[in-house]
Amino acid sequence: MRKDGIILIAEDNEGHFELIRKNLLRAGICNEMLHFADGQETLDFLFKMSKKPEQERNNQEYILLLDIRIPKVGGFKVLEKIKQDTELKKIPVIILTVVDAPHAIERCHNLGCSTYIVKPTKYEDFEETVQKIGRFLSVIEIASLK
Amino acid sequence: MKQNMVILIAEDDAGHFQLIKKNLWLTCVDSDILQFRDGQEALDFLFKNDTDIHLEEKKQYILLLDIRMPKVDGLEVLRRMKADEKLRKVPVIMLTTTSEAGVIKQCYELGCSYYMVKPVDYRHFMEAVQNLGEFLSLRGMRLPLIKKCCA
Repeated sequence: MRKDGIILIAEDNEGHFELIRKNLLRAGICNEMLHFADGQETLDFLFKMSKKPEQERNNQEYILLLDIRIPKVGGFKVLEKIKQDTELKKIPVIILTVVDAPHAIERCHNLGCSTYIVKPTKYEDFEETVQKIGRFLSVIEIASLK
Repeated sequence: MKQNMVILIAEDDAGHFQLIKKNLWLTCVDSDILQFRDGQEALDFLFKNDTDIHLEEKKQYILLLDIRMPKVDGLEVLRRMKADEKLRKVPVIMLTTTSEAGVIKQCYELGCSYYMVKPVDYRHFMEAVQNLGEFLSLRGMRLPLIKKCCA
């Protein structure tokens, strides 16, 4: 991921968001991070951007960490809308959630998430998981949106 | 939840395959690793015959896919998988020397999960594969189940 790529984090739990942010930093991720507290905010941001005229858009890389149980618009719907859009579908979406149910896992993979990760219940394990996600993000390439 | 992850690697370069396998083993000790030397071998494994796919239902698969390979290239393998109703769920991670923006874009449009460029430096390559392995072996990782019949 390029240094100017932006990490979008859709997470309504303030404590979880802080943990994610801190541990991505610990993994050496200095990218800009944007926080959305619900699904509607996330979609508003993404679709406002994709509707801009082409000349006004910069080449920008995004990756989205998406919780499932978030207010207003749930994670399934957010994922579905992103993957139905010809531009936005290129954004890798990592589901990061407490939901550990087979139907949710199947649904997200069917909709096109890149990875489904269940948040560990133990604080230290959660921290370690986020750091490993961060180190992985540092070795991948992302398609920029035009 | 104990997973039965099988890592499929489509890679024609024997040296690269060894490096990938060794460094994944350091981190994904519980996973089986299968190699395909070209795109055709990968497709033959995935689509064993025309009527159904070959994957075992109890296992969960992930494919690391090189692009420049003999016979059938990685883009075609990705295209065929993502056009198949069942195989499209299998996560595909491109692992290739090609770093052209156009190719990266094409792979994401076709539905790859991630795109990794093999670092030229040997040590960086090993580190990158270890980072990948640590990610794949996260305890919270949940891969899709592949159902053979339309359930």
